[in-house]
Amino acid sequence: MTDIAIAHQLPGLAEAAHEGPASKRIITGYGFWIFLLSDIVMFSCFFAAYAVLQGQTAGGPSGAELFNLRNVAIETIFLLLSSFACGMASVAVEARSHLWFQIAMAVTCVLGLGFLAIEFREFADLVARGAGPSRSAFLSAFFTLVGCHGLHVSGGELWLLTMMAQVFAKGFRADIQRRFLCFALFWHALDIIWVAIFSVVYLLGSAA
Amino acid sequence: MSELHDTHHRADLAPGDEEVVSVRLRVLGYLVGLALALLLTATSFFVAGTNLVWQPSIPVAIIVLAIAQMGVHLVFFLHITTGPDNTNNVMALAFGLLIVFLVIGGSLWIMDNLNNNMPPMDQIMQMQR
Repeated sequence: MTDIAIAHQLPGLAEAAHEGPASKRIITGYGFWIFLLSDIVMFSCFFAAYAVLQGQTAGGPSGAELFNLRNVAIETIFLLLSSFACGMASVAVEARSHLWFQIAMAVTCVLGLGFLAIEFREFADLVARGAGPSRSAFLSAFFTLVGCHGLHVSGGELWLLTMMAQVFAKGFRADIQRRFLCFALFWHALDIIWVAIFSVVYLLGSAA
Repeated sequence: MSELHDTHHRADLAPGDEEVVSVRLRVLGYLVGLALALLLTATSFFVAGTNLVWQPSIPVAIIVLAIAQMGVHLVFFLHITTGPDNTNNVMALAFGLLIVFLVIGGSLWIMDNLNNNMPPMDQIMQMQR
């Protein structure tokens, strides 16, 4: 009873009840947000596996012997600046600026590719030193976790190029803007997962 | 806040969308987020390699810094806020975090128990023979 009375006194709540279905942008964004959270839950399983298997090196090299923190720092900065450039692309979409959108997306793309190049070189170097994914349970978990993030970034790069082409060909239509909203969420979420990876895998792995 | 903007987002906001409409303020928001994230990253890398702090505190410090940086990303890049227009996004995030902590915490807890209470693998092999 009192709840209803309060709801009528708060204009926002009362009007929300009569507003009808939410806009398509909110529904799309929210649905993609749920997908991202489920993706993060999937990553948490890989993190759990890595944390459990971290010490199981089967006589092989440990993380402290393998990791090169300078490379990791460069990767981190590339991905962080790429996330920032993606934010600039979001602002450009709101401002309806084709030029700034394409510039910001190109910067995002190049920084993402730089990240992937360093990661690929690191993986190739590990395999060449006999520390491939089949060496020990620790390395299997490491390649699964970090490789899965790398695959997400690669998929994101393809999506990024698609968005550049779609905005170029179709302009800032409502449906293109919804797709870009989802892409920006995806790209920022990948950076959040990378924060967990460089902290848990590389920094804790080198400290231990 | 302009009236036009109010009619757009009265009850809800999509994740990633901001209340702020001015381009300058939005860019400023991203710049603040970038500066904070860079600061936290630099601190993390510094703490990992330094001898200046008490060594056993380093893993805790790295994890706290990582959680702080994830918070910075959520607020400044993904624009998840505590405002009433963001309730649904925050609730979904809270549920996701619950599952993440259950999976990671539960795995570590169970596997640690197993490691402590089971004989080493070579002894198990001998018992099976």
